[in-house]
Amino acid sequence: MDLWSVSYDLTNLLVDIVNFFIYGLGWLIPGSIGEAFDSLGDWLASPGVMRIFTILMEIILLIVVALLNVVTLIWIERKLLARFWDFRGPFYVGPLGYFQNFADGLKFFLKQIITPIKADKFSYFIAPVIFIGSSILILGTIPIGPEFGITDEGTPVPGSVILAFAIFAVAPFSILVAGWAENNKFTLIGGMRSAAQMMSYEIPLLLSVASVIVLAGSFSFVDVVEAQADMWYAVPLFIGFLVFLVCIVAEVERIPFDLPEAEAELVEGWTTEYSGMRFGFFMMTEYVRGYAGCAIAAALFLGGWNGPAIIPDEFWFLIKAYMVFVIFVWIRASLPRIRTDQILDLGWKRLLPLAMLNLVIAVVLKTLGVF
Amino acid sequence: MAEMWINMGPQHPMTHGLWNLRVKVDGEVIVDAMPEIGYLHRGMEKIFENKNYTQIGPITDRLCYGSSITWNHLYCMTVENLIGVEVPERAKYIRVMAIEIQRIASHMMWLAAYAADIGLLAGFVLAMRDREIMVDLLQMLSGSRLTYNYSRIGGVAADLPPEFERDCLRAIDFFEKRIEEHETLYRDSKIFLMRSEGLGILSREDAINLGVTGPTLRASNVKYDVRKHNSYEVYDEMDFEVQCHSDCDVYGRYVVRMNEMRESCNIVRQALKKMPKGPVRVKTPMYAPEGDAIGRVEDPRGEGIMYVIGDGTDKPYRLKVRSPLFVTLSAAKKMLVGYKVADVVSIMGSIDVCMGETDK
Repeated sequence: MDLWSVSYDLTNLLVDIVNFFIYGLGWLIPGSIGEAFDSLGDWLASPGVMRIFTILMEIILLIVVALLNVVTLIWIERKLLARFWDFRGPFYVGPLGYFQNFADGLKFFLKQIITPIKADKFSYFIAPVIFIGSSILILGTIPIGPEFGITDEGTPVPGSVILAFAIFAVAPFSILVAGWAENNKFTLIGGMRSAAQMMSYEIPLLLSVASVIVLAGSFSFVDVVEAQADMWYAVPLFIGFLVFLVCIVAEVERIPFDLPEAEAELVEGWTTEYSGMRFGFFMMTEYVRGYAGCAIAAALFLGGWNGPAIIPDEFWFLIKAYMVFVIFVWIRASLPRIRTDQILDLGWKRLLPLAMLNLVIAVVLKTLGVF
Repeated sequence: MAEMWINMGPQHPMTHGLWNLRVKVDGEVIVDAMPEIGYLHRGMEKIFENKNYTQIGPITDRLCYGSSITWNHLYCMTVENLIGVEVPERAKYIRVMAIEIQRIASHMMWLAAYAADIGLLAGFVLAMRDREIMVDLLQMLSGSRLTYNYSRIGGVAADLPPEFERDCLRAIDFFEKRIEEHETLYRDSKIFLMRSEGLGILSREDAINLGVTGPTLRASNVKYDVRKHNSYEVYDEMDFEVQCHSDCDVYGRYVVRMNEMRESCNIVRQALKKMPKGPVRVKTPMYAPEGDAIGRVEDPRGEGIMYVIGDGTDKPYRLKVRSPLFVTLSAAKKMLVGYKVADVVSIMGSIDVCMGETDK
């Protein structure tokens, strides 16, 4: 039972319910209007339309599951950080405080939404849409299990790795626009920093991903994971794995690389002038990106859903993604924030040569026929 | 980007209080800086003129919420100089001990705020946790946790509570181990060194010319400490080193403060050991004579001076407070120009800003 067939059944059910009313109307209303309703029902039930609706249903299911994971990640972070810092974390709302995040989310709904008078209205409103939308869209490209990903009648999306990173790279653009549109000096600096940071970290990130692609010989997450059945790529491409981890922390803007929203110097960085639920969504979106980064790391380097068959494949995948996230939390709990010029130094002078070296290793391994 | 002025404050996470730092930036580089203060002015010195000597005591606590015992003690010492009363020996030792405990608590609070400034939230939480040890000791002494009002004109409010000596020694021993733990979080962290070494350099000459005092001055390699050079209470009987650092930068200030906490632990131990038996307070007259008197102490943030003029009534004619940070803030431009915007928090955090005493 894979995601495609479940979505197909669900879509079938929904179309059946809708068509019951449409055909009913067609039976009730005489003449050409009734016939039009009949043909509308036929059109809805036709294979092409069903295929599109099924894919939409798949995306909805996958994103709902991924968002539940995101909520779990926030809970894990709060609990772990609390333990690192010698207190207990949330524990009143729900079991072990699991529902604290929902409570906090509801609180954001009650807050007033303030728009600065001098803000550029169109950009101000469109930037969060791009940021949040593109970030959530990443979740749709990452399959959680061999049968739990977006497929087209059982065929996985070709080039999903490329697609994921292409969508990842949209966000800095919207951050830059948002920082500019808010008409505030702090947000402007935050947006600029974000653009500079992304530019210098995209390259080593994609180079380390390229080495994985070279070894696996495919752009699809499913193929890359299947190719790691014998050995995780983190072992031969250890340098690449480290480069990837550092870059993905910078990419999802977490401490020590959270310069665009460095709260001590830039108040809240580029999100300063956004309030209410918009700000709440920004906070959630950061964790969406964090989850996406962890899941990509697990899929590309840690063997994805490969593991002993004592628990379902999907759980292996999630456990690995959570472990990567625990490393993120650990880093956040123990490191100060780095400075802008230092971050660029690190990106261009250290990570880029390392990523190059890693790519050479991958090519040599592939040429020698080891993989 | 063209040059522009950025207002960091009065409501900004960097400021630790209510003040405004205007910096002129060229891209990310600072080309000019101008601190603006006065947002927290409460007219302290005018209030002093309208209260009698006993009533002023609790208000001096509010001069600095970070180290209220020091200011309270400075006030009492100044008025004692004016009246010409000799404090009992035991009270002097208790005062020295309380001041040093307060110094540790104050430096710990600085460490917490500074860690939060550079984005190290672990440092914030852990430093606040360990400051609690010292606050608990002061609570045993005085009954309150922030504004203690422990010193009185002519002594201290109360003798040590029973078993205080045992608890204090235990806490100090425990705390010395904790300082090592904190050091591992900073000294061994590459990123912390990148954020502190070579930043906010204030040369020896500049520091002296601008009148900077306290850890900031000692980090600029000037061996000056009021406790040593103009000893008050019983500091001349204590054996301690004045901590200096030759780096003149943010890291130097960090090292000076960490070592000062260790020295303070030693002083507390010595004070407890040498403390004689006897009364802790003498009776003093309500009316001060005509004349003036001055008191100088080493506050955790620098040299605090109070100057009082008595006119024969129960109220001072004038009580002038010399705040160390008011002077240190004037060195902001010297420390900031040439560095990045991101360094503003690191540099201004390193001088341990407390607006209460600056604006008075």
